[in-house]
Amino acid sequence: MIRVVLPAHLKTLVNVRSEVQLEVDGVASQRSVVDALESRYPVLLGTIRDPTTKRRRPFVRFFACEEDISHDDPEAPLPAAVVSGDEPFFVIGAMAGG
Amino acid sequence: MSGVRVLVGTRKGAFVLRSDGLRKDWDVSGPFFGGWEMYHIKGSPVDPNRIYASQTTSWFGQLIQRSNDGGVTWEPVGNQFNYDGVPGTHQWYDGTPHPWEFARVWHLEPSLTDPDAVLAGVEDAALFQSTDGGQIWSELSGLRNQDSGPSWQPGAGGMCLHSIIVSPKDPDRIFVAISSAGAFRTDDGGKSWRPINKGLHSEGIPDEDAEVGHCVHHITMHPSKPDTLFMQKHWDVMRTDNAGDSWVEISGNLPTDFGFAIDVHAHEPETVYVVPIKSDSEHYPLDGQLRVYRSRSGGNEWEPLTKGLPQSNCYVDVLRDAMSVDSLDRCGLYFGTTGGQVYASNDEGDSWEAIVRDLPAVLSVEVQTLA
Repeated sequence: MIRVVLPAHLKTLVNVRSEVQLEVDGVASQRSVVDALESRYPVLLGTIRDPTTKRRRPFVRFFACEEDISHDDPEAPLPAAVVSGDEPFFVIGAMAGG
Repeated sequence: MSGVRVLVGTRKGAFVLRSDGLRKDWDVSGPFFGGWEMYHIKGSPVDPNRIYASQTTSWFGQLIQRSNDGGVTWEPVGNQFNYDGVPGTHQWYDGTPHPWEFARVWHLEPSLTDPDAVLAGVEDAALFQSTDGGQIWSELSGLRNQDSGPSWQPGAGGMCLHSIIVSPKDPDRIFVAISSAGAFRTDDGGKSWRPINKGLHSEGIPDEDAEVGHCVHHITMHPSKPDTLFMQKHWDVMRTDNAGDSWVEISGNLPTDFGFAIDVHAHEPETVYVVPIKSDSEHYPLDGQLRVYRSRSGGNEWEPLTKGLPQSNCYVDVLRDAMSVDSLDRCGLYFGTTGGQVYASNDEGDSWEAIVRDLPAVLSVEVQTLA
């Protein structure tokens, strides 16, 4: 079971208040987690990554185990603590304010 | 009893304002999609309960929302806007080639006859259509692929297709306007297009009378005169009486002819409204006085409308899609400001009241007249 924490705007879109729990087939990677996320919540198609190229949107980052893993290979296995559900996979929107 | 529904898009959500035919007391609902930029919200002329909305942020991209109950509930529909073929390049701000990249939907234009058909004007400039209620979008690529496409250049707000008018006389005739390429027309339902900018004169571009390259801010039409269009250009208010084959300036006695919004009275095709803005470097009203100007003669002779509008210390802007009219017997006018006010007039602009004063910056205002 993978735990995914979405940014506030995307939580609103999928109508959840806290984290999302997902079953991921095969190796849990950035790509397979987002695949599973989009499969369960089609409204997220295009909001995290380009639906055609699968490239992460520029203002979106992926964090896990206190590391920014945004630039890791999207197919690379996620840390064991994320795969076991001990740590969540964070989808982060770039900070903005002023 | 008749009534109106005002659809307001803001920088931080959508709002729906409802009133009866008197247009004095208002019910305000929202925000819908709080925190998202709602560039445009517009209802179907044939089914007023069908409303389309453009929801976007730079973070999470584009969504299209659809309501089938007059804006009470919403559902996301298709959000894939893929350019047809290999999109190539247009000019960047510095004149270098820049790849065509989808950014957002600026304007949604529901069909005059089919609630499931809708056109979308997008940045980078292109026209898309859906015939299934917004689920699947396909580009009418004849516009972007006509000869001048690679020379188009963005305005300060981005290279947006912001105005779409389908002729009520001929559904194959569509007018669009792009900042800052100009106005274009198709007579074959979107297969082929041509620039319609003859008569426009723009300082600040290399050839001031060029076929394309003009920063058109908005165009509008009265349905009873489909060959007559009114245009608020970056500077200059213009009109054409031959479907864009040539334009003449009608700025006349306006105190400044810079601005964004322009609209036509619902029942008087020669009564036109603009909101003059001081200049392109100062996007606020002249002398801090918010004034709508009305011409009852199709332009050139304009009168200021000030009753109920702030006449001192007002430094808001009124954006291109932020003015609209209703079609009740005594035409109502509505406009929103970047200061978050939505002003309404139930007497053709003679007097105004703020429906709301403290919304986020208003991007668009559309009105539905309800039976």
